Amino acid sequence: MSMQTPATQSMFQPNQMMRRVMGGAFVGVGVISILISLGMLVYLVLDVAMRGLPWIDWQFLTSFDSRFAERAGILAAIAGTAFMMTMTIAVSLPIGVMAAIYLQEYAKESWLKSFIQINISNLAGVPSIIYGLLGLTIFVRYMMMGRSVLAGALTMALLVLPVIVVATQEALRAVPSSIRDASLALGATRSQTIWHHVLPQAFPGILTGNILAASRAIGETAPLVTIGALTYVPFTPESPLDRFTVLPIQIFNWTSKPQAEFHDLAAAGIVVLLLVLLTMNSIAILLRQRVGGTSRRRIG
Amino acid sequence: MTMTGQSIRDMLGRRMIELRPSVEVRAGSALPENDVVEDPVIRISDLNLWYGKKQALGGVSLSIPRKKVTALIGPSGCGKSTLLRCMNRMNDLIPNVRVQGSVEIEGANIYASTIDPVEVRRVVGMVFQKPNPFPKSIYENVAFGARINGYKGDMDELVEQALRQAALWDEVKDDLKKSGLALSGGQQQRLCIARAIAVNPDVVLMDEPCSALDPIATQRIEDLMRELAERYTIVIVTHNLQQAARVSDRTAFMLAADDLVGRLVEYGATDQLFTNPKDERTEAYITGRFG
Ligand SMILES: Nc1ncnc2c1ncn2[C@@H]1O[C@H](COP(=O)(O)OP(=O)(O)O)[C@@H](O)[C@H]1O
Ligand SMILES: [Mg+2]
Repeated sequence: MSMQTPATQSMFQPNQMMRRVMGGAFVGVGVISILISLGMLVYLVLDVAMRGLPWIDWQFLTSFDSRFAERAGILAAIAGTAFMMTMTIAVSLPIGVMAAIYLQEYAKESWLKSFIQINISNLAGVPSIIYGLLGLTIFVRYMMMGRSVLAGALTMALLVLPVIVVATQEALRAVPSSIRDASLALGATRSQTIWHHVLPQAFPGILTGNILAASRAIGETAPLVTIGALTYVPFTPESPLDRFTVLPIQIFNWTSKPQAEFHDLAAAGIVVLLLVLLTMNSIAILLRQRVGGTSRRRIG
Repeated sequence: MTMTGQSIRDMLGRRMIELRPSVEVRAGSALPENDVVEDPVIRISDLNLWYGKKQALGGVSLSIPRKKVTALIGPSGCGKSTLLRCMNRMNDLIPNVRVQGSVEIEGANIYASTIDPVEVRRVVGMVFQKPNPFPKSIYENVAFGARINGYKGDMDELVEQALRQAALWDEVKDDLKKSGLALSGGQQQRLCIARAIAVNPDVVLMDEPCSALDPIATQRIEDLMRELAERYTIVIVTHNLQQAARVSDRTAFMLAADDLVGRLVEYGATDQLFTNPKDERTEAYITGRFG
């Protein structure tokens, strides 16, 4: 209260002019950076949309690939992506969520836990082609699944698992420990507490993490090229052991053709892929906002 | 309604018989209590606790009387919450906690290796400093504990009973589906009390239950504590000396010396301790000369 500071008023001589100039310059650099990145994005999207949109019609969405651009369509790729992603999520979601629950709620602090934790984060940053090589060795060759939807789905499951584990752990961490205390103090076991209180509260966050992980996998090309997903597929996969293609591979295939029509077809494919990704990310954002909303109401 | 609690109490009682030898070995080492509590519900003997390498409680011995309000007072950091959390093994949830000594409830050492802390917490409930209702309906908040503990009776009746005992029924009876979070702070804390007593505990522990509440809500909780003491044994931590003087029958004064280890300085009837403290440190604290 009676703190004595040695400073007097005359010792403060702020260079207001300089400060204002520096502040202004900083804001300016920030705005320019945004304009550059946003401008590139807008240009890309506009270019793709202008070239691709005219090609998108019912015929395009319901036809298989063809040697003739006018007859070529994206059905096999859409079916392959949908089939593969369904299996990917069916495998990776339960495993990823259970692993996260174990790490976050049960595992005691130890060097082993830290080691595992660090390496899960590392795995999330491993280049996707490495997962392709792993899938090729284990699923395609060793387990003799061939270049099938199943092999692709399992490879993709490996790819998204670390992302799902980390996102789920974050969602679990965001549940206040006071809720766990309240439940445990009533004589609930740890698993009852997780099941009745922690998971319901973490659910939207877990879902968001899984959607974002899935949207990463949908755009991935390298691992599937590595395990040998086909580029020309005139059929929809019916069983998990059928061969298949996916959207990004189909797009890649069209861009590597010499005819200009196929390049526009690729643009059309990109528009479809972008729409799928945009839809998924919007759902994720909506979910996240709803969670934020309820927690704000909780405090107020 | 009494079935669940009763059978656990029997179980704890049976375990006590198995454990009796170790209990008697420890009895001699306890510090002398300031006066004798007859027929205690909780008997703490020579309790030491470490958070990692740091000792937080040293040689604490005290007995908590049945169906009375016992207050734990002392400057912050002296180990009141730590001692309270020893009575229902909530400390087990903190990593690297080590406990030595015994805490007997109805004669059974709850730190014995054969005792499951989950069972202990059904018999010894807890109300926390900050109201922490579940983000569910008022009804579900109260029913949850009974449900997971296998309550077979009429749930509606149990919920009403618990809310009545917590003096909340009249305010919420028309809207039991409303979220517990939509209540005011004081109502939320009474909901937490209702939730705790719905599993029919023997003891209710309260860690500064009014510190987040305004004076009127505080008054209501204090009145409630007196009423609840007719049915339950209550242990309350408070930093508010007037509150301890108003609501408690017995008061324990704790202090952490220079080594930061919390110890029991004085324990006795509340009016005795406040009007005629035996220890000069107690006197200094209650007259506001330090703390
Ligand atoms: N979870 C914990 N981990 C480590 N030290 C703790 C923890 N909780 C409390 N302590 C320490 O134990 C001592 C007693 O704390 P506490 O029981 O909370 O005191 P009080 O409730 O009387 O204010 C303090 O020195 C505190 O820093
Ligand atoms: Mg405390």
